[in-house]
Amino acid sequence: MIEMQDVYKTYPNGVVALNGVNVRIKQGEFVYVVGPSGAGKSTLVKMIYREEKPTSGTIMVNGVNLAKLRDSKVPLLRRHIGVVFQDFKLLPKLTVYENVAFALEVIEESPKLIRSKVMEVLELVGLKHKVRSYPDELSGGEQQRVSIARSIVNSPKIVIADEPTGNLDPETSWGIMDLFEKINNRGTTIVMATHNREIVNTIRRRVIAMENGKIVRDEAKGEYGYEA
Amino acid sequence: MRLNTLKRHMRESMKSLGRNGWMTFASISAVTVTLLLVGVFLVVMFNMNHFAEKIENDVEIRVHIDVAANEQDKQALRAQIEAIPKVKEIRYSSKEQELKNLIKSFGEEGSSFRLFEQDNPLSDVYVVKTEKPTDTIKVAKQIEKLQFVHKVNYGQGQVEKLFSTLKVARNVGIVLIIGLLFTAMFLISNTIKITIFARRREIEIMRLVGATNGFIRWPFFLEGLWLGVIGAIFPIVSILVVYYNIYKFLEPKITVPFIELLPLNPFMWQISLILLIFGACIGVWGSMMSVRRFLKV
Repeated sequence: MIEMQDVYKTYPNGVVALNGVNVRIKQGEFVYVVGPSGAGKSTLVKMIYREEKPTSGTIMVNGVNLAKLRDSKVPLLRRHIGVVFQDFKLLPKLTVYENVAFALEVIEESPKLIRSKVMEVLELVGLKHKVRSYPDELSGGEQQRVSIARSIVNSPKIVIADEPTGNLDPETSWGIMDLFEKINNRGTTIVMATHNREIVNTIRRRVIAMENGKIVRDEAKGEYGYEA
Repeated sequence: MRLNTLKRHMRESMKSLGRNGWMTFASISAVTVTLLLVGVFLVVMFNMNHFAEKIENDVEIRVHIDVAANEQDKQALRAQIEAIPKVKEIRYSSKEQELKNLIKSFGEEGSSFRLFEQDNPLSDVYVVKTEKPTDTIKVAKQIEKLQFVHKVNYGQGQVEKLFSTLKVARNVGIVLIIGLLFTAMFLISNTIKITIFARRREIEIMRLVGATNGFIRWPFFLEGLWLGVIGAIFPIVSILVVYYNIYKFLEPKITVPFIELLPLNPFMWQISLILLIFGACIGVWGSMMSVRRFLKV
């Protein structure tokens, strides 16, 4: 569960990114965060995996107050949260398998467990036949699948996606959305910041709309609501 | 830490040594030059200290007893000298003994002094040693005032000059060495910075998926360590070889009593160990300096 109370964020250069945000996301929900550029979507999403700290307010994630979380405890938090980005963030010199395994290797999982878990998630995202390929041999959609596989390989309770379809053509985007729904159906909370109006209006889920650092609308099964 | 993890860190650190070939070479050279100079300096310094200690222990006060003093006066003088604080040892040497020593110290040519055996111009002497060499001057001044003391000798001036020269040389050397150490550290920290830059994406992902800072830091720590240790190899070997040859060549030729080179064992072990530790410290410190700036959460 994610809960934010009176969260304010002012960046060192004076930009006010969040201006009093209150929100509650239950375990297993699928939430879109929408809004114009600079509305604070990315900042809101970054708060959840403690990439940014709030200037004031409290953020509870899995029962831990991130505003007071010590830096040394951040790695442990991140092992329960998967993150997916617009630009995939894959390592070009590693194969598909190695890229996914990387997430488990650096938290010192046992090699046996790594192998079975990696193969399991690669099957889930439909890339079992490409384990030996390198990222530059894959299409954009496939690369995003690899990065989704990496984000869920240590079975996180929450997956954060920051514009996951931003670099993909519409057709591929639908495939990626199917995958997110599949993951959501396994009980994983998904928080997705997006500009993709068509997706939000078709796959109806809770929509949080932001403007100028504030939540201006929060509807279950909502619409995108902006002119694209 | 798991064995697999350690292997992984080793592999990663070796890989980036190869990947940044020229910077690796530059840093290792910097460490090599630095440690070579540090090593030479240390060898010279240790030996000079060794001489200095020998000389210091040789410093003694020679109290020439007035010819007018009879046996009783001599005994009284002895008691008075012994009563002075910080006097460690007093030894009597008759003028006959003194002459014998003198003749002996001149070797072949000493025989010409034999003429004096009939009419010995020397005086009987008390040889006084103080607890610390630095007390010599004070004690000598006190003895001078006593009755039946004809003259006091303690190598005035020369010893002090030698010590102060040693001290200046040592200070200049230390400043130079510290400058060099910093240069080497700087170069290493730059090499590591390039490594970190090349791997910043990897580090970003590691942090996203929850690797601890300790885990991320390890390969860089090791890389710095390798740079320092590899840089120490050449200086250690060359100093061992050169010192060994100098020692073998010079040792039989030195006849001046208080000058002798430090023996190979354990001195060579000490120097090697010191250089190795210096190299490792420079490497690790340089690497940690740049990692710290990059790893702020």
